[in-house]
Amino acid sequence: MLDLCEWRMPAGFPSPATDHTQKRIDLNEHLIRNKEATFLFRVKGESMSGIGIYQDDMLVVDRSLDPKHNDIVIAVLNNEFTVKRLYKRGGVVKLIAENNLYPPLLIKNEEELTVWGVVTYNLHKLH
Amino acid sequence: MALVDCNNFYVSCERVFRPDLINTPVVALSNNDGCVISRSNEAKALGIKMGQPWFEAKELEREHGVLALSSNYALYADMSNRVMSILSQFTPTQEVYSIDESFLDLSGIHNLRSVSYKIKETVGKWTGIPVCVGIGPTKTLAKLANQVAKKHPRSKGVFNFNSLSEEQKNSLLSKIEVSQVWGVGRRLTSRLAQYNIHSVQDLKLADTPTLRAEFGVVMEKTQRELRELPCIDMTLIEPPKKQIVCSRSFGEMITDVNALKDAVSLFVSNACQKLRAQKSHASIIQVFLCTNRFRAELAQYNPCISVPLPQPTNDTVHVNRWADFLVEKMFKPGYSYKKAGVMLSEIAPTTHRQMDMWEQPHEREHASNVKLMDALDQLNTRYGRGTVTVSTQGTYLDRLNVGAGQNWKMKQTRKSPNYTTNWSDVPYA
Repeated sequence: MLDLCEWRMPAGFPSPATDHTQKRIDLNEHLIRNKEATFLFRVKGESMSGIGIYQDDMLVVDRSLDPKHNDIVIAVLNNEFTVKRLYKRGGVVKLIAENNLYPPLLIKNEEELTVWGVVTYNLHKLH
Repeated sequence: MALVDCNNFYVSCERVFRPDLINTPVVALSNNDGCVISRSNEAKALGIKMGQPWFEAKELEREHGVLALSSNYALYADMSNRVMSILSQFTPTQEVYSIDESFLDLSGIHNLRSVSYKIKETVGKWTGIPVCVGIGPTKTLAKLANQVAKKHPRSKGVFNFNSLSEEQKNSLLSKIEVSQVWGVGRRLTSRLAQYNIHSVQDLKLADTPTLRAEFGVVMEKTQRELRELPCIDMTLIEPPKKQIVCSRSFGEMITDVNALKDAVSLFVSNACQKLRAQKSHASIIQVFLCTNRFRAELAQYNPCISVPLPQPTNDTVHVNRWADFLVEKMFKPGYSYKKAGVMLSEIAPTTHRQMDMWEQPHEREHASNVKLMDALDQLNTRYGRGTVTVSTQGTYLDRLNVGAGQNWKMKQTRKSPNYTTNWSDVPYA
């Protein structure tokens, strides 16, 4: 999927060195397990800053994974996307923020909760 | 044979990234926000018709809160590529039929029903796009089965024609209007009515010599398909959605990328000539390559990619550049390719095309290309197809190299962000 963003029309002559290069480390291979099911999201707000997910970080989200207890997920809440930790124990389902300023959100009926996808990586810009 | 068809594809793509639209009536509009080209079930229930000019339905926007979106081909093409690639994982023989439909050869699979549900579930979970699966002994019947799956909630999105008894089949086909059959349009329906052919069952039982004499060989083949004798090559039937397909099997299998590019470039020039002949332009290009599925001992690879054209065009030079690039992108050495093809879709009349102020300098060059294309068409008509083709190397390269952000040549005031193809359009959570 990241692939798509990098498409450029070919221009000019291919470098004569092309035949001698080895394949470089490809971040896509590392970050994307299932490319058809992988999407990117950008973080809004500081509700997850306790575990190092900050405003404007880029999240890699895999829709093919089954959301499990303790996964970081993209959930749909009040028709909006939100990133939270999924709590799923003993019939209790909660969306937990990783920031003391945000209380956990108890989901009364599990069917009300739509988990859009499971977050697999956070890309945080340092430079 | 199974046909997998995405439900309300464009609207469904929009909804993946707009959970707030799940129960709202939504429509997607054609280029320049002209006509309705995709409708949510809620919009269908309000009586909005396919192809209806949006200004006619605009009242509904205020009255019922219908949301109209400009078409976002970058998004639709990416979602389509995802869906098609997932489907290809279920069978080595897939024929992508349009941006949102694909035939899958599932012969040899025993638990068809559970595999079909698995297909539906996987596509739905991985991409968020709902699909229906129709299964039949032939493509024509698989397509009909798909419509049954769509219309009847009890089917839960999967309908297997093969599992019916002879009696049930006849009763089902008697209830479906002949206009629903693949390749039978409105005009043919009224002509068929003159021969007392109203239902699909009527067509199935009609006198074959009469049918061939009056309606030609394609209709005869359709009848054979209804009689469960597979005989249709998908390229024979004019697709219902506006698209032009140019594809052909090669005399000899091709292993060289340049030979493939040459072949595809010829398809492009034929397709673009057709476009120009009908004074229209296309917005999406799809290129596919196929290995020989009848040679099971050879490795199989059937890639297919759709991309939105930077702006609607019928210019062979422009389209060819993209086709060439896509072949390059998909080509894997070590396979023997038997067939390739080009499909142009989202076709609209050129007169609808509106340029904005940014277009002016470009426009001049465009005009010179129009002259070039005219000359090309004349030469090819006079001396035969393929007399003059466009070289794949040229001076237009840099001009095509436009970033995603410059896609705004069309009037698209209601377009959603390019959620999956543009870094700055990634959704927030």
